[in-house]
This record gives sequence, C-alpha cells and structure tokens, in this order.
Amino acid sequence: MSAYQQWVAFCTIVVKEIRRFTRIWPQTLLPPAITMSLYFVIFGNLVGRRIGDMGGFDYMQYIVPGLIMMSVIQNSYGNVVSSFFSTKFQHSIEEMLVSPMPNYVILTGFVVGGMARGMAVGLIVSVLSLFFTDLTMQHAWITVSVVVMTSALFSLGGFLNATFARNFDDISIIPNFVLTPLTYLGGVFYSLDLLPDFWRAVTLINPIVYMVNAFRYGVLGVSDVNVYASLGAILVFVLVFYSLALWLLNRGTGIRG
Amino acid sequence: MSALTIRNLRKTYANGVEALKGIDLTVEKGDFFALLGPNGAGKSTTIGIVSSLVNKTSGEVSILGYDLDRQRALAKQKIGVVPQEFNFGQFEKVFDIVVTQAGFYGIPARIARERAEKYLRQLGLWDKRKNQARTLSGGMKRRLMIARALVHEPDLLILDEPTAGVDIELRRSMWDFLIGLNNEGRTIILTTHYLEEAESLCRHIAIIDHGQIVENTDMKSLLEKLQVETFILDLARPVTEAPRLPGFQVRLRDAATLEVEVPKTENLNRLFVELAELDLRVMSMRNKANRLEELFVRLVEQNLPGQAAPAEEVAS
Repeated sequence: MSAYQQWVAFCTIVVKEIRRFTRIWPQTLLPPAITMSLYFVIFGNLVGRRIGDMGGFDYMQYIVPGLIMMSVIQNSYGNVVSSFFSTKFQHSIEEMLVSPMPNYVILTGFVVGGMARGMAVGLIVSVLSLFFTDLTMQHAWITVSVVVMTSALFSLGGFLNATFARNFDDISIIPNFVLTPLTYLGGVFYSLDLLPDFWRAVTLINPIVYMVNAFRYGVLGVSDVNVYASLGAILVFVLVFYSLALWLLNRGTGIRG
Repeated sequence: MSALTIRNLRKTYANGVEALKGIDLTVEKGDFFALLGPNGAGKSTTIGIVSSLVNKTSGEVSILGYDLDRQRALAKQKIGVVPQEFNFGQFEKVFDIVVTQAGFYGIPARIARERAEKYLRQLGLWDKRKNQARTLSGGMKRRLMIARALVHEPDLLILDEPTAGVDIELRRSMWDFLIGLNNEGRTIILTTHYLEEAESLCRHIAIIDHGQIVENTDMKSLLEKLQVETFILDLARPVTEAPRLPGFQVRLRDAATLEVEVPKTENLNRLFVELAELDLRVMSMRNKANRLEELFVRLVEQNLPGQAAPAEEVAS
C-alpha cells in the first residue's frame, strides 16, 4: 500500500471509532459527565469546604485536574478494550485482517480512536468543572503532552487487554480491579504529602500518580513528583506498550488461528 | 498465470489437530472452481490461510503471482473473501459497512461511495442502505458480504458457502450474479454443500477430505468417473425381499421401494425387462442423489479406512 492508501485506511478506522462512540453517546459521553459532576458537587463543594486547602489551592481546584485525568484514563482504556474486543467477538476484525492494511495502521487507528474518546470526555469534564471553579493553565504544553501521552498509553492498555480477552468478563476485570483502585490511590483526591513515609513510598510505585501529578503541574503549577521524569516515564511506557501490542498483532495472538 | 497456487500446505492447530496434510492446488485465472469436502475436511482452514485469517504451519501460497509471505499486501489486494459466518458490525449501517471496507483498502471516500452504490444496487440492497445490518434477513446479509468483498474489485473472489440458508429463488439469482462476475474475467472459488450448485456453476473441482486433496480435475472428467448411478423405484405392490436381478445391485429400502445401482455398462431397458419378468410394476423412478453428490460420497467413503458396509439387505 502506498503512504496515501495507508493514510486513507488509518482515517477510516479513526472515523469508524469516533462514529461508534458518538453513536452510543448515552453509554460513552454522558455517564462520565454525570459522574464527574457528582464528584464536583459532593467532594468539591460539600466535603471540600470542610477540608480547606490542599497543596496551596482550595480543595475543588486541587481535585479538578485529577478528575479530568481519571476521565481520560478510564475512557481511553474503555473505548479500545470494548471496541477491539467487540470486533473480535463479532469477527468483524476479519474485515481488517483480509485487507492489505499493515498491522501498525490497524493498531494506530484503534489507539487514536481511544485517544479521541478520552480527550473528548476530558474536554467535557473540563468544561463542566468551570461551573464549579476557575481553571487556569500554567504550562500548556505539559498539560497537552500529558493528556495525549496518557490517553495513548491507556488506549494501548485497552488494546492489550482486548487482545488476550476471551469473554466479556475478561474485559471488565482489569478496569474494575486494577485501573479503578490505582486511579483512586493515584493522588486524585489528596496530596502525597499527607501520607506517612511508608505509604508514600508505596504510592510512588503507582504509575498513575505520575500522570495525575504531571497534569496537575500543567494546570495548577504544583506536583508531588518530578514532572519531567514523569513525562519521560510515560513516553517510555507508550513505546513499550506500542511495541508489545504490534508484536502480538503481527503474531496474530487472539485473532488468528 | 494461476489465480491461486498452493504448494505443500500444512496446518496443525495448537491442540494438535492436523487440519491440512500438505495439499497442492492450482486454480487457473478466470476459472469457476469448487472446493468440496465434508465438515471438518479442511476447506475453511484452506480459505482461512489464503485470506490471511489463519496462520499456516508450512507450505507456500501465491495469489495471481504474489507470494503470500513475501508480497502479502499485493496478494491481499487481489483477493476478496465472503466468509461462511456473518462477520460485520451488526449495528452498523449497510452503506457504511461497504464504504468502510473500501477505506481499509485505501480507496478514497468518493470512489468508495460510488462503488458501494454500484454493488449494493446490483445485489438488490440499495433500498436497505440506511438500515442497520442486524435488521437484514439472512439472504440479504449474505449479499451484503458479497458487495463488501467486491468493493475493492478483486481479481479472485472466494466464497465460503455463499448460498447457505438462502431460499431457492434467491440462490438462483445469486448464481446468475456470480456467473456474470466470472464472465467479466474474475476467478471464483466457492465451497458449498449444495452439490447441484457446484455442478451447475463450476468448471473445475477439488475434493478435500481429512486434510488431503482426494480429487482435483475438471467437472466433466470427474462425472465421467461415476461408474454407477443409483435409482429409487417405487413399486405397485410390496415385496418381502429384494429381488435378484443379474448385473444390478438391489436393496430394499422399504416393502414397496427398491434402491438399484445401475452400472454404466448396463441399460435401463434391461432392468425394466427383468422387473417385468418378476411381475414387479414400477410406478415411479428418481435418482437417489445428483451425480456429483453420488461421486462425492463415494470418494469420501473411499478415503475412510475401515468403512463399514451398509447394514441393509443386499441382493445381486
């Protein structure tokens, strides 16, 4: 395939993915908007008033970047894991496998589709947060870089999960039992300074801590961890996950007999 | 140049099942080719490997001169596949499914839309273009898969059981459509359980059984190999045992029905004379199966080691 044909094929997958999640918007775009609005009202407004400052900001301002990041993570992952597994389940993945499209185009198309949903939900949550607090952007390029790389990383995570999944239970185990706990314990609702030394050290093993803090640095200008090391680590993870996913796709793991 | 060349193709699945035991097959350009075999014989595995949906264990496959290992993208560009099972997004619209498939082949949207319209019209689905695929009938879904397989205008079209579950009228119209495609120069390979379909449409035929090609020839030569034809005779009155007719094998299906094997060297007139001498009047007669079906069953039975003889009363 020529570069132009590959570009057409890539755009076809991305458009298909965007069409899918916008067609079922009550399942994909609406729930995170409602859930995050509840977080803003309950944790930000009602509970947050009693907590006071956190990291030098009022509590609502402090949690907004984390909640945006949580939305991006969950939706990037959720989009690719459900979409790719559905194509396997319905065998419509065969439409792509019989075509001359290279595997990296298939992988990149799914990942960009997941990023599109993650960032669309992130944008919706950001706009909603403006009804509850003022949102500034201290370091625009860091903010954008973190969102792009994090959504890419979790889209790849969703792709890997779907590759190995054999049934619908397999695509809900990791989001429910790994992703959600890691996100809640990833510094979305509190500063790591509040933790005793031991638990702070344990928390630093959690990769989501670095993504949330890097994003918070981009928005508020404060972070519990080194932002540039975080960006580097996310980038390395993206490259490792992409290489692994492409290798599995080339082998035909989970999709070819 | 051959449309499809397969050399010593082997496939052993992870569970140890040896689905293909080194098959060789050549399909010439412009041919209408039937690949027949009982369930589990290796037909779908062969098609799966040719269409890149199944990894082969060893062997070589080339499509219109392009090696599937070394020139995979070029080979894939030449082939269109209509699988046995519906494999499109059930919630997508008919038109979108065809246009999206064109996109996977790098065809720009404008051309993709024109071709989608062309093939959906030809296959009688244009009125359904805005419907979700899940709302179509079984026959319409099969036609949708044909339209989708044609949208990149492949030289080789492979159809795995294209008329399964399709009513007779629609089956005939699909035959006409496939004949039209073949007349335009496209090579067509089909698998089918309707042997009448293979006999009507195809010029060459291969029979695969237990992962091996047991026959590969043109339809005319194959049918000439049929040395015996079996007829069912309905008698005017019941008999207690199968009559002995020299030169014919006769089985009693029930009290008033005979199954008679007539060798090619014999003529039917002598059969009726023999029956008349025994005062057996024949009220009606029909073929037990169509000719290809009979041959198919014999070839497959020959390939079964230790096949038991039928437990029916036999007289000769």
